[in-house]
Amino acid sequence: MSVSNLTVRFGSVTALENITLETPPGQITAVVGGDGAGKSTLLKAMVGLVEVEAGTVQTPERAQIGYMPADAGSWADLTVDENVEFVGGSYGLAGTDLAERADELLKRAGLDGARDRLVGQLSGGMRNKLGFCLATLHRPELLILDEPSTGLDPVSRVELWRLITRAAAHGTAVVLATTYMDEAERTGSVLVLERGRALLSGSPDSIVAQSPGVVVETPRPQRPQYAWRSGEAFREWWPQSPPPGMHIAPLTLEDVAIVASLEGGERA
Amino acid sequence: MRAMILKEFRELRRDHRTMGMLIGLPVLLLIVFGYAANFSVDNIPTATLGPQAEQASQLITQAAQAPFEVVETDPAGDAATAEDLLQRNSVDVAIVTGQNPPVAYIDGSSLFTAQTAVSALNRFGDKVQTQVLFNPDLKTSWVMVPGIIGLILTFIGTIVTSIGMVKEKQTGTIEQLAVMPIKPSTVILGKILPYFLVATLDMVLVTVLGILLFDVPFNGNVAVFAFGAGLFLFVVLGLGVFISTISQNVGQAIQTAFFFLMPQILLSGFIFPLEAIPWGVRWISYFLPLTYFTMVSQGVMLRGAPLDALWFPLMMLAIMAVIVFTGAVLRFRRNLAPGDGRRRKAKAAA
Repeated sequence: MSVSNLTVRFGSVTALENITLETPPGQITAVVGGDGAGKSTLLKAMVGLVEVEAGTVQTPERAQIGYMPADAGSWADLTVDENVEFVGGSYGLAGTDLAERADELLKRAGLDGARDRLVGQLSGGMRNKLGFCLATLHRPELLILDEPSTGLDPVSRVELWRLITRAAAHGTAVVLATTYMDEAERTGSVLVLERGRALLSGSPDSIVAQSPGVVVETPRPQRPQYAWRSGEAFREWWPQSPPPGMHIAPLTLEDVAIVASLEGGERA
Repeated sequence: MRAMILKEFRELRRDHRTMGMLIGLPVLLLIVFGYAANFSVDNIPTATLGPQAEQASQLITQAAQAPFEVVETDPAGDAATAEDLLQRNSVDVAIVTGQNPPVAYIDGSSLFTAQTAVSALNRFGDKVQTQVLFNPDLKTSWVMVPGIIGLILTFIGTIVTSIGMVKEKQTGTIEQLAVMPIKPSTVILGKILPYFLVATLDMVLVTVLGILLFDVPFNGNVAVFAFGAGLFLFVVLGLGVFISTISQNVGQAIQTAFFFLMPQILLSGFIFPLEAIPWGVRWISYFLPLTYFTMVSQGVMLRGAPLDALWFPLMMLAIMAVIVFTGAVLRFRRNLAPGDGRRRKAKAAA
């Protein structure tokens, strides 16, 4: 399961350029980036929803892929159970197989009390968890989740992540798009996209380890173009050693992504 | 206030469909009502039959302000020939000579044509006897109900189907369907079939109600009617699917469906007779499926027209069904999984 040298264009706009991504079984891969970075386009290209101009996408057959679109992918005018029945049926699940799998997933997602409710009446968090359940109902080999936790409250996010890590623990290759760096830090592999290009890729630790320079914490940054606010203070990047007396902070994945983006902007 | 007005105009300028309704629709309505909204028919296809057919032709065409145009003269023809010609809609009036006075048989299923013919023939006094067939009392409801059945089917087929299809797009579930291991043809058929069944039920309900409430006769073959209605349903469902492929949300789908509905209501011949619409506008009528369904439904229900008499409207509906339905389904399929072909190629290469 991989994407090699993938390029996607929409007319004259290059949405993705030369993107490569490995998605080994049992690993969670995060595709990180801001709005318009190309995260959703990459995931859509992986499931055949957008036309690929160059490169190759190697994925399992359709029946072995689970996909959760950005808007949760459930039918608002059906109940939770009816959604499960429809999606399960489409993947060839029926009878006790489907019932047992649905019981297990919905219980773990905290949706077993809402099975007769219309999906349109569920909260955003519940809808996202249902979207996850539907995408993983058939125990896919590859699970693709487009911003599953965007807009969720902290408790729902934790619950959703519990479900995601459990799926990975059972051997599913999980690829998820997110705008949250703290989520990316929990994954086995990260691809940071900016304007359709790969800014960084690798495991969170290796990305941080390979980042050039240091980041200091300071109340008054000396190079404002390389500084960003963090709480009450600023964080400021120095390509070599900072001036003496400045407090060097431990690097986070977020720092590295910001630095890479600032460097990219400078080169451009 | 100025900012609000400016914002509204900017939004309006970018909403092409609403602009179309604001500018295109008034122009369309003016043209259609101005030219097409005409109940008076001044050209009635007529046949003269029997031994004095030639004299009868001369008499009715030379009379002052006579709307008759003799298109067929048959000295061997009789009353049965006349009824057959009217049933097949070859002519609207058939005058049978050889008896005193001659009898003018008039097709009552073409309401306004029949009314014009009756009043024109009455001017001949007792030189001719008139007999209206298929709708002897010239009841408006008898002529309207078969057309309204088609209009209701158009409404369900076009608006309701397009809403049902576009909802999947609006809520994003179409992407979910596209990645499921269901064939695009299964998705499309699974989406369309319920509407086809509901529309069929509606058709039966409206037809039966029309017959019960308005005493509209059903003189022809139910199978011929069902065949025409089936073809027509494919066309209007295809239109609904097509509209869903060019709309992003329910509002847009309704607006677009409205553009397809308006001309069908005004120009399909069930309100204003086709013969009364000038050719500058009438040509549009021949591109509208409701025009042909109205020919079939009025033909079967009122005149009891057989299958071979309705070959032209049925053939037109069949052609439209193939073109519209196939085109719409292919478009929907392309919308459903644009990257599917490429993905399969990539897999094959791997």
